[in-house]
Amino acid sequence: MAEIRVERLHKTFGDFVAVRQSDFVVDDGDFFVMLGPSGCGKTTTLRMIAGLELPTSGRIMLGGKDVTNQRARERDIAFVFQLFALYPHMNVRNNMAFPLKAMGMPRKQIRERVEETAKLLRIDHILDSSVSGLAGGDRQRVALGRAIVRRPDCFLMDEPLGTLDTEFRDLMVNELRDLHDRIHATTVYVTHDQLEAMSMADKIAVMNHGIIEQFGTPDEIYQHPATMYVADFIGSPPMNFVHFESGLPPGGARISLDGNAVELPRLIHSADYGKKALGVRPENVLIDDSSGLRGAIYGSEYLGTNQVLTIETSHGMLKARVPSHQQFSLGDNVGLGFMTETLSVFDADTGRALATERTPPTLRDHYHG
Amino acid sequence: MSGNSAHSVVEPTTTSKTVAGFLVILYALITMIPLFWIVITGFKSPPDSISYPPKVFFEPTLEGYCNLFTTRSRQTREYVEALGPPEGICDEITRKRQMVIVGDSNYWPRFQNSLIIAFGSTILAVFLGTLTAYGFSRFKVPLADDLLFFILSTRMMPPIAVAVPIYLMYRKLGLSDTALGMILLYTAVNVSLAVWLLKGFIDEIPREYEEAAMIDGYTRLQSFWKVVLPQATTGIAATAIFCLIFAWNEYAFAVLLTSGTAQTAPPFIPTIIGEGGLDWPAVAAGTTIFVVPILVFTILLRKQLLRGITFGAVRK
Repeated sequence: MAEIRVERLHKTFGDFVAVRQSDFVVDDGDFFVMLGPSGCGKTTTLRMIAGLELPTSGRIMLGGKDVTNQRARERDIAFVFQLFALYPHMNVRNNMAFPLKAMGMPRKQIRERVEETAKLLRIDHILDSSVSGLAGGDRQRVALGRAIVRRPDCFLMDEPLGTLDTEFRDLMVNELRDLHDRIHATTVYVTHDQLEAMSMADKIAVMNHGIIEQFGTPDEIYQHPATMYVADFIGSPPMNFVHFESGLPPGGARISLDGNAVELPRLIHSADYGKKALGVRPENVLIDDSSGLRGAIYGSEYLGTNQVLTIETSHGMLKARVPSHQQFSLGDNVGLGFMTETLSVFDADTGRALATERTPPTLRDHYHG
Repeated sequence: MSGNSAHSVVEPTTTSKTVAGFLVILYALITMIPLFWIVITGFKSPPDSISYPPKVFFEPTLEGYCNLFTTRSRQTREYVEALGPPEGICDEITRKRQMVIVGDSNYWPRFQNSLIIAFGSTILAVFLGTLTAYGFSRFKVPLADDLLFFILSTRMMPPIAVAVPIYLMYRKLGLSDTALGMILLYTAVNVSLAVWLLKGFIDEIPREYEEAAMIDGYTRLQSFWKVVLPQATTGIAATAIFCLIFAWNEYAFAVLLTSGTAQTAPPFIPTIIGEGGLDWPAVAAGTTIFVVPILVFTILLRKQLLRGITFGAVRK
């Protein structure tokens, strides 16, 4: 098991910058998820950690060892591909034994190790079947088996659940997390699916255009987005932004929206006059008829225990998540309130969050970069 | 799926299927006539083979096959009658013509030359083609498109256009009438086909397989050997048949560059002379035997061959 340390990692393909000066550390035994839209550089970063791509500049350390220019086979890693890449001309047993054969392990030991791993993944009954006839979930388990059979320092997974049905995916999310909790191997997992990321990760890095927008726990990323991009990418529906222009003093401040005072969380530093945005999660928008800030119901989306209202205001459309027993009709005029302690404040020009007193201390420096 | 199911837009009707099937069978029969004629001519006697009108019904004889494999010498009636009992059927047939067998003909050595040259050049072309195709498929080769076009362009000119320079070059290099020379020549012609066919097949094999193997602890060459090659077998088989058919049937260069030791069967067969001109039954017998290996090969590998022809038309 090992810590993964990535320093000033940079990768260009011709003129295109795939990964820009990335820094992060994955602690030993962590389940780390790189989350972002396609083309954001998350897979390229993963492939560089694997040794399938060489970085243009920067350094990669696995367990304290500099592996930046080592080949994939010289690094002690395992990789699970999106399309599993099970060798079609071998059966399940041979697929799983393949990495062990490369190590020159004696045949008897290979057999034992493969069977032990198969039992762990509950695929021991299909060891002798061909991989082409397997169902999606079983293929996934075989691919995992081939990865863990070698007991490598870390696992790298490139959207391994991307091709599975939703039903299977939920099952595999649980299995993957269970497996991780049992073997505690450092895992780097790449996905574009925020639900997968949120439900499995110890730490998440949200990437966009080759840049790591934020690195933190799922809770930090959801509650304290470091940039407007993260706020918008995470959460369904995403965070609402209310734009305003003002300079802000440190400590508490009030701003006026349509003549209604809205209290902001207490900022740590002052902010110069300029475009700002107030970020509020839909579940933190309160329907409050005493409020002077008003809007008209534009639409509603029923989601079982709650509903998402779209409300048209003079500051644009806002989404509010409210219990579904509350009845609204289209066009209803409603009052809106925000829970001050849950608000985020962004500098709308740079897109970065302004640190408030409730921002965890570890994130404060990162915010005001 | 079946004829009695609801009318389908994509499925042809039973009538059109029947008509299509009939036309295909008719076409197959027409193309088979020359082959059929060659086979039966091999079993005719020399007078029957050139009789007019042509004989479809005749008394079969092995004379053609005997003449193909032997050289004979005419003797006086007394000499032939003085000999002991004939050894084997060919001896008997030959004596009826008042001749005796004096030795083997050159057919079998020529046939062996064909085997060596055709299979040798096929193996070499497929080997080089696989490596080249893999390189073009997986690595960033500078000017890859131009190089691939250049490789293909060697196929665009008629062989006869380069016949004279090659003849002169081979004479200078001492490659004239050698098996090595012919293998190199056929390989040069086939390698372009092999590269293009195999590149298509290898492009279809996802890179992830090699990457997985390289992460599993293998070098690129080992990954190629253990993971890519086993999946490229269909493509390799299809390519091998195409190369083999070309090298086996090639006539123009063989006539030009071989005359003795390295002569292949195609230029030899038409030179089988009997009494009073060409020995047609022997020529036909030689042709029949010559067709057999390629026929067997093609039937064995017909699936791969079809996949090679329709390659790219149907996705998996």
